[in-house]
Amino acid sequence: MINNKRNFSLNVFERASICRHFENEVYKRIVKKEIEFPVYLSAGQEYAPATIAEIVSKKQIKPLIFGQHRGHSIYLSFGGDINKLIKELKGKKDGCTYGMGGSLSIHSMKINMYGHDGFMGSNACIGTGACFSSKKPTIIFIGDAALEEDYVLASLSWVSKKKLPILFVVDDNNYAVLTKKDERRDWEAKELAKAFKMQSFDMMDDPMKISKYLKKSLFKQPTLVNIHTQRIFWHAGAGKDKENVFDRYLQQKKLLGRKADLLDEKIKKRMKLLWEKN
Amino acid sequence: MGKELRQTIKTITSHHLKKNKSQVFGQNLTGVGWVAGTLPKLFEKDGVIELPMADVAGGGIVTGSALMGKRPIYIIRYQGYNWFNCIFIVNYACKSNAIWKIPCPMMIRGISSEGSIGPVAGSAHISTIYKMPGLKIFSPMTNKEYSNVYKNFMKSKDVFYISEHRSSYSNTKEFKNDLTGNKDIILMPISVTRFAAEKAKLILEKKGFSVGIIHLVNLKPFLIKSEWIKAIKKSKFGVLMTDNDYVDGVLRILAHQINEKTNKPVSVLGLDDKTAGHHKKVDNLPPNELKIAERVKIIIKKK
Repeated sequence: MINNKRNFSLNVFERASICRHFENEVYKRIVKKEIEFPVYLSAGQEYAPATIAEIVSKKQIKPLIFGQHRGHSIYLSFGGDINKLIKELKGKKDGCTYGMGGSLSIHSMKINMYGHDGFMGSNACIGTGACFSSKKPTIIFIGDAALEEDYVLASLSWVSKKKLPILFVVDDNNYAVLTKKDERRDWEAKELAKAFKMQSFDMMDDPMKISKYLKKSLFKQPTLVNIHTQRIFWHAGAGKDKENVFDRYLQQKKLLGRKADLLDEKIKKRMKLLWEKN
Repeated sequence: MGKELRQTIKTITSHHLKKNKSQVFGQNLTGVGWVAGTLPKLFEKDGVIELPMADVAGGGIVTGSALMGKRPIYIIRYQGYNWFNCIFIVNYACKSNAIWKIPCPMMIRGISSEGSIGPVAGSAHISTIYKMPGLKIFSPMTNKEYSNVYKNFMKSKDVFYISEHRSSYSNTKEFKNDLTGNKDIILMPISVTRFAAEKAKLILEKKGFSVGIIHLVNLKPFLIKSEWIKAIKKSKFGVLMTDNDYVDGVLRILAHQINEKTNKPVSVLGLDDKTAGHHKKVDNLPPNELKIAERVKIIIKKK
């Protein structure tokens, strides 16, 4: 049992490590102005998609995935082609979105990940319709700000009414650009989903906790999980809003010890090479 | 008596649901009147899906269905609701093939109607979405026209917006263009104004004017046929276009294109630039045959 848990945590760590080192490489290139369009870095928020990707992989489920901006970690966690994402960010025609997607609108049919148009939360409605018509298990990633969009609320209501196999993941970093949640609303995601008679959870981005709550009930009923995360970098571009942000990745690295250290080093080198190669 | 257009739409829808295992989405579909008798009496199990009363989300849900290759039909009860209903369609479904190489074909039935229906629900509102890339817009008013548009939709990867009009549902006739001989003026009507333009043509001909007519069905892309160009160039006073949308929209966009190709004056007559109220006295209606005939006389007198 302990070994299983460790393997699970290490597997999640590996996925998260790919995301982290990928984003660090992107960061450098934004600073050097090699990438000049808006980039939404997901460092600090890797653990939600990395954990969920590991759970669905173990269950051998290939869900439809609808993300929005800050989606690099979703793409990478679920196994999107790293080279193609690098090429996309460099605006190349053989990028994952043919050089059209930039950072915000990336997609990959290999992993059933559909692109985003730029309207915050539009993926909630579109993913709902896709699930309704295809009956395929679906994951919709939104942020705590997108959850406030009226059309997202309407989608939650309909998902619940139609009992669709959808998992809504609210990546709750507490910010709408820089406006904090308590300045915007007085309700919590979990309570909101409950009002729509959906199963809902609220938790930190601890992989074991996410796994504990989702493993058994995944896609068996409409579910919303609000996961508290910490955005390390700015809303868009390279920079930090504040220092000393809690970093789940570093916490897990420390917890998992030598094997994680080795993985971290190996993936860091690999990412550097891939960015140089492409 | 021939078949009414409503029956053709109903038959097409029924066929689309059964043969293509598709879906029809909309609000209040199964309620009063079954969309003025254009929808077969079917339910969710058959593919007729009642959307929640959340207009913006509804368009997104249909986009998701289209993304899955379902080729859904989306019924918008009043074209004024395009403002809400079309947000995700024009920004996602219409762009999906260009950005992600994933076609997102759907057929939107946007219904326009006139008379005492207030500032939002009345008239056509295609101008709100006309500029968006990846969208095809048609305004069929007859059985043949509607069937042709549907056939084209089934061969296409695009989003089709069908601008319907409630008054056309009882129509049994087909329209014919008239470009024979040298015309004083050529009418180019859209949507419900096509019925009025035909009547205006008769009124004017009785008064001795020679009036041509080109019925406009394919609005976007808008292709100006060479025979139209020839006829317009030969006409004495150019063109009068009519529509049941505001003049400062599709009408002027199309008029400009015709003017560029023919170098002839193109006048437009649509809804007045004012908000409609609910009472007859404060309504904003499309031009009827008398108003069209009157405008033609003014154009001719001016010259």
